[in-house]
Amino acid sequence: MFDNINQILFGLYPYVAISVFLVGSVVRFDREQYTWRSGSSQLLRRRLLFVGSNCFHIGVLAILAGHFVGLLTPHEIYTAMGLSVEAKQMLAMIAGGVAGLLCFIGLTLLIYRRLSDPRIRSTSSAMDIAILLLLYAQLILGLSSIFVSAQHLDGSEMLKLADWAQRIVTLRSGAAEQIADVSLIFKLHILLGLTIFLVFPFSRLVHIWSAPVGYIGRSYQVVRRRGGASAIRGR
Amino acid sequence: MKIRAQIAMVLNLDKCIGCHTCSVTCKNVWTSRDGVEYAWFNNVETKPGIGYPKDWENQKKWKGGWVRRKNGKLEPRLGGKFRVLAKIFMNPDLPEIDDYYEPFTYDYAHLQTAALSQTAPTARPRSVITGQQMDKIKWGPNWEEILGGEFSKRGQDQNFEAVEKEIYGQFENTFMMYLPRLCEHCLNPACVAACPSGSIYKREEDGIVLIDQDKCRGWRMCVSACPYKKIYYNWESGKAEKCIFCYPRIEVGQPTVCSETCVGRIRYLGVMLYDADRIEEAASAVNDKDLYQAQLDIFLDPHDPKVIAQARADGVPEAWLVAAANSPVYKMAIDWKIAFPLHPEYRTLPMVWYVPPLSPIQAKAQSGELGLNGVIPDVGKLRIPLRYLANLLTAGDEKPVKLALERLLAMRAYMRVRHVDGLEAHEVLEQVGLDKALIEDMYKILAIANYEDRFVIPTTHREYAENAFDLKNSCGFSFGNGCSSGSNEIGLFGKPKHQHGTKASDPVAMAGRLTGKSAE
Repeated sequence: MFDNINQILFGLYPYVAISVFLVGSVVRFDREQYTWRSGSSQLLRRRLLFVGSNCFHIGVLAILAGHFVGLLTPHEIYTAMGLSVEAKQMLAMIAGGVAGLLCFIGLTLLIYRRLSDPRIRSTSSAMDIAILLLLYAQLILGLSSIFVSAQHLDGSEMLKLADWAQRIVTLRSGAAEQIADVSLIFKLHILLGLTIFLVFPFSRLVHIWSAPVGYIGRSYQVVRRRGGASAIRGR
Repeated sequence: MKIRAQIAMVLNLDKCIGCHTCSVTCKNVWTSRDGVEYAWFNNVETKPGIGYPKDWENQKKWKGGWVRRKNGKLEPRLGGKFRVLAKIFMNPDLPEIDDYYEPFTYDYAHLQTAALSQTAPTARPRSVITGQQMDKIKWGPNWEEILGGEFSKRGQDQNFEAVEKEIYGQFENTFMMYLPRLCEHCLNPACVAACPSGSIYKREEDGIVLIDQDKCRGWRMCVSACPYKKIYYNWESGKAEKCIFCYPRIEVGQPTVCSETCVGRIRYLGVMLYDADRIEEAASAVNDKDLYQAQLDIFLDPHDPKVIAQARADGVPEAWLVAAANSPVYKMAIDWKIAFPLHPEYRTLPMVWYVPPLSPIQAKAQSGELGLNGVIPDVGKLRIPLRYLANLLTAGDEKPVKLALERLLAMRAYMRVRHVDGLEAHEVLEQVGLDKALIEDMYKILAIANYEDRFVIPTTHREYAENAFDLKNSCGFSFGNGCSSGSNEIGLFGKPKHQHGTKASDPVAMAGRLTGKSAE
């Protein structure tokens, strides 16, 4: 029974979530691009946003990058670089803790602002609020997991989690078994994380796909000739 | 040389009566939707005043337009590309809705549904954003109408720079003028440059600057970058919107709605040919005062055979060349030099130009001693200070504005002598350097202002148009993917942010819903 549930939640659910995440994003981009936006509410109220939004975004970007690199880089590469498992876990805990704290400050302000300000509250969709609360719960779970990790500094739990993630993305079997016995808080963190992937295409989070890195290399002026996007070019 | 054509506009402020017909017709057509209640693609301001949004001309505050760096390169005042991106999570230079006004309606339904009471029921203001009652309306798109409010506030107007403004706060010396404003459809638009997603673009064929609504991600840098504050953030859709120069009308040779409905007939539309290769050079002129001349220099003479040949080679259609040769805008800007760009010092090379207004001759006229300069009244004695107009139109250079006002006065003087005395006042012509034919043409276009003289708009050309066969069975215009609004009841990808669900444009229904009573 436990094995089955474990298999469904950590062996199957990841693929469902990732599929919906990818296909949903493509469908929304293709069909409903008019709804594809960051959803800024700065115009209606700028108070709290300078600290709130900056702290949240910088923190969450650091956390995302940390998870991506930390979970998906094969362990052998770290050892080759001279980074021991213990040191890597310590690095993850400290860097993640700092970024998490930054993010926590920002997200707390953002949630307070969204729920308490009449202008923001009344122009929020249910999903706008839901996604903030989901992220908040996920962040708190993630931060609490630092205390769990602090009780076993040998890095063995971390290796299991990384192994799970790598097996999932490389389509290898046995992913769920790897984390069958990790602490409950990690399991909840993973489940909620996958759920965020699941709702991603239906929320304003899609603006992450549109991070405007191309702006750096673009010419300042954009001139279009009618009759085809192929004619878009700089001056 | 790369020749491009643009439909440009001139507004003859001398004839603007401040009736707001342009603003209202524009709003009815384009921005009577949720999320853009506060957006006025066209608005009319009474000057002097801080305008709409508050203090829009203060670029130290809003960081609009361009700055010329020491190395001669232009950079948005907002900052270079990395600085723009650094502001993306929170843009410190973005106006808040209160800098415009919180959009409101009134509880009209209450007038009909209130229970019997001793006093007459009132319709209280209600915010369209929150749905809550508002105590007091504190600001609006036209708050300073006809010098409304105290001078200490209106006197914050940036155009008072180097003007002894205190005396204009006195009743005897006060002055005013109207300034209708819309998107300038600049040759060197700062909004385009600041858009991180590259969704704003200038159309090659007619120069109209548009926002690709599908591509806009709501990073809202354009709102700050536009020094005229003519890009508005739609808080409902999360996309930026701006004046589209009524391009569906322009394409079929019709004037924009604001121009068509202008009762004072102050608006002119015509083709301007310019050298696209020299835009950057012109916008980078060293001194602010040189920018007006620099922009004049990149406009090309539509009668010059070399220009015509090059324009044909660059793909400008024949009908556009004919229109360019008859362009009222070209006449006013180049031939007569009576029209000027609005705030050329922003370095965006705006394409909506203004003829400065004449104003009563003050002081001397009262004592019966009319100040004359030769045979026409002295422009320096006009009620509106020359420097104020120059700050608005030529970055503070009074000479060209003075000449323009003299020419306007000369036209009046010449035609008056002809009509009243039946004589030809040649000395007037000599003084301002115009000849008889020119004055008569000025009179025809400025005073008579026939429809066909004001609007010389070539229709869009076959080569530019979409293939109509490809458009068969399509749904026409909608916000969304062409056939759906992208925000229907069961849509997975985001319902309207505004959960009230009633159009703000239907105040009776809205007030009824807000008070929990039916409007019937």
